[in-house]
Formats: sequence, C-alpha cells, structure tokens
Amino acid sequence: MSTPELTGDVSPQQNFATAINMALDEALAEDPAVIVFGEDVADPQGGGVTKCTQGLSTKYGPRVRSTPISEQAIVGAAVGAAIVGMRPVAEIMLMNFMAVAMDQIVNHAAKLRFMSGGQTGVPLTIRTMAGVVGGNGAQHSDMVEAWFAHSPGLKVVVPSRPDDAKGLLLSCIFDDDPCIFVETLSLYFGTKGSVGESGQRIPIGRARILKSGTDLTVVGYGKPIVEALSVAERLEREEGCSIEVIDLRTVSPWDEGVVLDSVGRSKRAVLVHEAVQRFGVGAEVAARIHEELFGELEAPVARVGSAFTPVPYAPTLEAAYVAGTPGIEAAIRNTLG
Amino acid sequence: MDKSVGRQPENENEILLRIYETAEKIRYSDERLRTMLMSGQVRFNYYSVRGQEIIPSATALWLSSEDYVITTYRGLHDQIAKGVPLDVLFAEYMGKATGACKGKGGPMHVTHAASGLLVTTGIVGGGLPIANGVALAAKLRNEDRVTVVNFGDGASNIGAFHEALNLAAVWELPVVFLCQNNLYGEHTAVELSMAIPSISERALAYGMPGVTVDGNDPLAMHTAAGTAISRARDGSGPTLLEARTFRFFGHSFGDDDAYMPGEQKARAMADDPVPKLRTRLVADGGIGHERVEQLEECIRAEVDDALAFALASDYPEPTELAADVYA
Repeated sequence: MSTPELTGDVSPQQNFATAINMALDEALAEDPAVIVFGEDVADPQGGGVTKCTQGLSTKYGPRVRSTPISEQAIVGAAVGAAIVGMRPVAEIMLMNFMAVAMDQIVNHAAKLRFMSGGQTGVPLTIRTMAGVVGGNGAQHSDMVEAWFAHSPGLKVVVPSRPDDAKGLLLSCIFDDDPCIFVETLSLYFGTKGSVGESGQRIPIGRARILKSGTDLTVVGYGKPIVEALSVAERLEREEGCSIEVIDLRTVSPWDEGVVLDSVGRSKRAVLVHEAVQRFGVGAEVAARIHEELFGELEAPVARVGSAFTPVPYAPTLEAAYVAGTPGIEAAIRNTLG
Repeated sequence: MDKSVGRQPENENEILLRIYETAEKIRYSDERLRTMLMSGQVRFNYYSVRGQEIIPSATALWLSSEDYVITTYRGLHDQIAKGVPLDVLFAEYMGKATGACKGKGGPMHVTHAASGLLVTTGIVGGGLPIANGVALAAKLRNEDRVTVVNFGDGASNIGAFHEALNLAAVWELPVVFLCQNNLYGEHTAVELSMAIPSISERALAYGMPGVTVDGNDPLAMHTAAGTAISRARDGSGPTLLEARTFRFFGHSFGDDDAYMPGEQKARAMADDPVPKLRTRLVADGGIGHERVEQLEECIRAEVDDALAFALASDYPEPTELAADVYA
C-alpha cells in the first residue's frame, strides 16, 4: 500500500469538484427528501462558484435553489427542513461565512435532537470550502473545523481525495445527524481519481491508511495529509524510513481505533492539519495518544499546524503561515530522532 | 385537535368561549407555576406569559395538529394553545423523565412533535429562519401545513429576523411571523430599541403584508390570525402579524420590573384580558354563568392533575445523558 489505493476502476477519472457534483446528483436522484440550496447554486446563477452544483437545478427543479446572501437564513432553513424529515444540503460558500450562521449551527442544528429528547433529528449537511489557496487572505481562507468538532451533536468531515469526497458526501447526506462537510479549495482541481461505483458510500468516522509503515505514524486530514504522503514516500525511497500515513477523513467522530493501533506499533506520531496549531484538532488527538500510550511512546507526539495568526495576503507571508512540506518533514525527522 | 381547519364556530360567542377555554387554561397554569416557584416547591427559569394569553388562544382556532408552531422561551401559552398535553409539558418544565423531551430540554427548549409544537428556542430570533425550512418542506411536498413562528418585539431587531422575512417573501413560503409585542425586550422598552412606531411596518421592506392588531382583543386577534393563516394556506405567502400585548410579570420570574413605569403596569393589569373576556362571555355573550364555571372546574382539574403527575415523576437516570446526542 505504498500509493493511494483508489477504489473501483469503473468510472472515468474525476477531480474533487466533479466528485462533489456526482454525489449531489446521485443523492437527489435517490431520495426526493434531498434538497440543495445556497448562494448561486442554481444554473442561472452559474451552478455554484466552483461549478459543484452545475446542472442540478436544471435536472431537479425547485429542489435545487439559489438563496440570497443570508447565511443564517440558509442554515436555519436547512434546520427547519431537516426536523420535518427532509435531507437538506446547504452550501455556505466559504468556511469563514459559517461564523455568520453559528447560532443556527451550534445552538440549533447540533442540539435539537438532544433538547427534544430524540423527537427531532437534524439530518442536514453543510458543504463549505476552506483553506489557503493563494491570496484569499484572512476572511476567505480559514480552516475552522475545530469549532464544530468541539460542539457535541455535529459530525465533521474533511476529505482529501475525490473518491472520499464523493463517498463521504453521500454518507453525510443520508446520515441522520448534522454533518459539516469541508471541501479543501486547494484540492478541488488537483489529483484526479476513480470515484467508485454509483451510490458507493464511505462510512463516516473511519480513517484511511494511505501508506503503511512501521517507524512513525503521520495522522491528519486535508491538504497537509496529501503533502505528508509525498514526504513519507520520498523519505522511504531515499532514506529507507518506514512511515505510516493515516488520513482521518472524519474529524468528528475520529477513528481512535486505527490511530491508536498504528501509534501503538510505531511508537511515534506526528499530527498534521492546515488549521492553526493552537487548540486545534491535533491537540485532541495528541492528548488521546498520550492518555492511551504514554508509557510506550519513543518520542513526544508532534503537532504541525499553521501559525497562530490570521491568514495573511502576501505570498511570502502566506508561505510562512502554513507549515507545508518543509514543516511536515522537519517534524517527522525530529520525531524520528 | 379539530382537523377541520378554517371551519370556525358560526356563533361569535362560541368563538369567544373557545378562546376563553384556552386562555384560562394558560392563565391558571401560569398562576400555579408561579405559586410553586415562589414557595420553592419547584425550581426552573420561568418567563411568565401572563397577559399574553389571548394571542395563541385566538390563533389556535385556525390551526390543526398538522400545522406547525415554533416559539420562544416565553412559550407556555403557545405550547398549551398548540395542544401539548399538560402532563408531559409540566414534567418537562420540571426536568422529569416523563417530560415531553425526557427532561433534556427544559422550559426553554420544549418540543412536542406529535402536537406540531416543533421548536421552543432559547435564542432570541432563532426560530424564524427555522420556520422557513419547515414551511419549505411543506411547500415542496405539497402538504397543507402552515407554520406559525412566535417571537417578541426584541427579536425583530436581530439579524435573523430580517434574513428570515426576506427569504420567506422571496420563496413565498406558507409562514406567519407572529410578533408578540409585549413592549419590552428584556428590560428595555420597545421605543428605546427601534425608531419606528410599529414592528409591522418592517414587512413593507420585504414585500409582505404587515398588520398590527390588539393581541388582547379576542375577536380582532382571531380575525387577524385567520387572515394571515389563510393567506399562507392558500399559497399567497407570508405575513408579518404584530400582536400588541403586555407581560405582567417582567422578563423572567423574580425580576423586580423597576424598569417598567408602575402606572403602565397597573393600567395593563386593570385591563387583564382573561377576566375581561370572561365578563364579556357571561354578561354580554349569553353564555351561562354555570357553563363557564363548569369549564373552569374542568380546566383546574386538568392542570392540577398534570402538575401532580409532573411532581410525582422521577428525574431521568444519569445514563440518559449520553443518549440523543447523535442518532
């Protein structure tokens, strides 16, 4: 398993964005309870700013609709439709705009099942784009998945590959809990892959071992786990290091079993994500590793995240903000000792 | 609940009697809860609805259990009028395992889906955007269901109000935005919070009818609610209905309401809409004194029995904590 194992081999190669479009199309076709809305998602408005919803309003009519720029209204409408049995997929264009809708997400979507004693579940999905992509600056680039992972009741998914994007989005849509589905902007039009057969779902909460290894485990998600895989392959090729690379894919609930099993064998762990390092998802994973495996570790668990600053604009600053390949490689070397 | 929506009692007096029945049930429930809170027999955050009873009592005549109501933490009147059974309602207020939400929601977060009381939110303005989604589902499924979302004057100043009204109008959703303007948002008088005389004026900005009605006038409230609900039901879209009223006991139970001029409160309480309606029924309405007293006896028994049930019920087991966080 030294290279990513792409499931199935029946469909043409898709990029991340077309995989999203296919998942939405399949979900809409499968269940009339599925509805899609958000800013500019209908075809007359362009089928989404990244074309992820292109063709869907033409095919499904009023079940796919563009909204005003009203994030509270968008998420609130999704909450309301969900509690009466629809499966809404709301698009909040960029993850920073989730801040505008936090009341609906955290106080309502996350809690209505619990507060009602199980009477009203909230089977909604919020799709949102995030991540540093070159010049989008402080209010259009943040990865704030930790906010949502810290809220009981929500599930948080961050795929890094087209097949995972498609299979996990289908799982989110048909899951009975509210799911935050984070699409990394920098991965949209990158690596293509087969996305498997129609309707194929990938379970929420399961990690994927991208590469097996015995000396150290890298755990992460999103763009940095793609970078970590390249680093691990190079170090193995050039220096004979055996590094296991685990893509969490789901941040909440995360796959403790696979991670603890791997680190239990390798005794060394490096955690990577694009979100700022402080108070990030990596801190939670590191704490759990220390709680379960403290006496067995050969080195302290290392974390690699972005600098604790707003996302900057200038290219030199943006490069300094993210850890990137050099930061990941340095943490791996340091932890290998 | 009567499913033959829209078929109102032919006789005006019968309409008034039905409004009174619900209003008196609310008034007596509120009185009993406040007495029990005062004595320390029970403890919970309570936002008294005394003075606002007529609004949901008159509105409910136009709704069936198939229709949806969303309300706020000051919601006892809306919950009772929508038909939430009193035993599970009071048990929920007291945090008991037998409560509508198994004691996990409490008075600020009551849901009773079977009655169509879908959401009680503790967040000012939080219910309005949700009402749109509920109504969108009904519209897309071609269901004959209207959604009434209740909120206070304070909520009309929060962003969610404006986003929700705009979207409801654009999508022509079957929603009634029912603003119970009790003249105070928490401790601040409404005229200090907005620079226009009536909340219903805001409807103009979104392209929907805006109506102000005396929420304490049973027939006027009944007519205004009927117009708005019928409009939603026949596919003509949303209405902003402002029902003016007054809360007798401040923002939350125990607040000293020193921020309310004593004279204003005294005047409102002297014009208490529930006994006023009773007097009207007996004196002018041709409803016999005996019939009203019989009704009140039934109401007292129902409320007292429900309270006894709630008091006798147990709190949930600690193991219940982890349930219902996820499906």
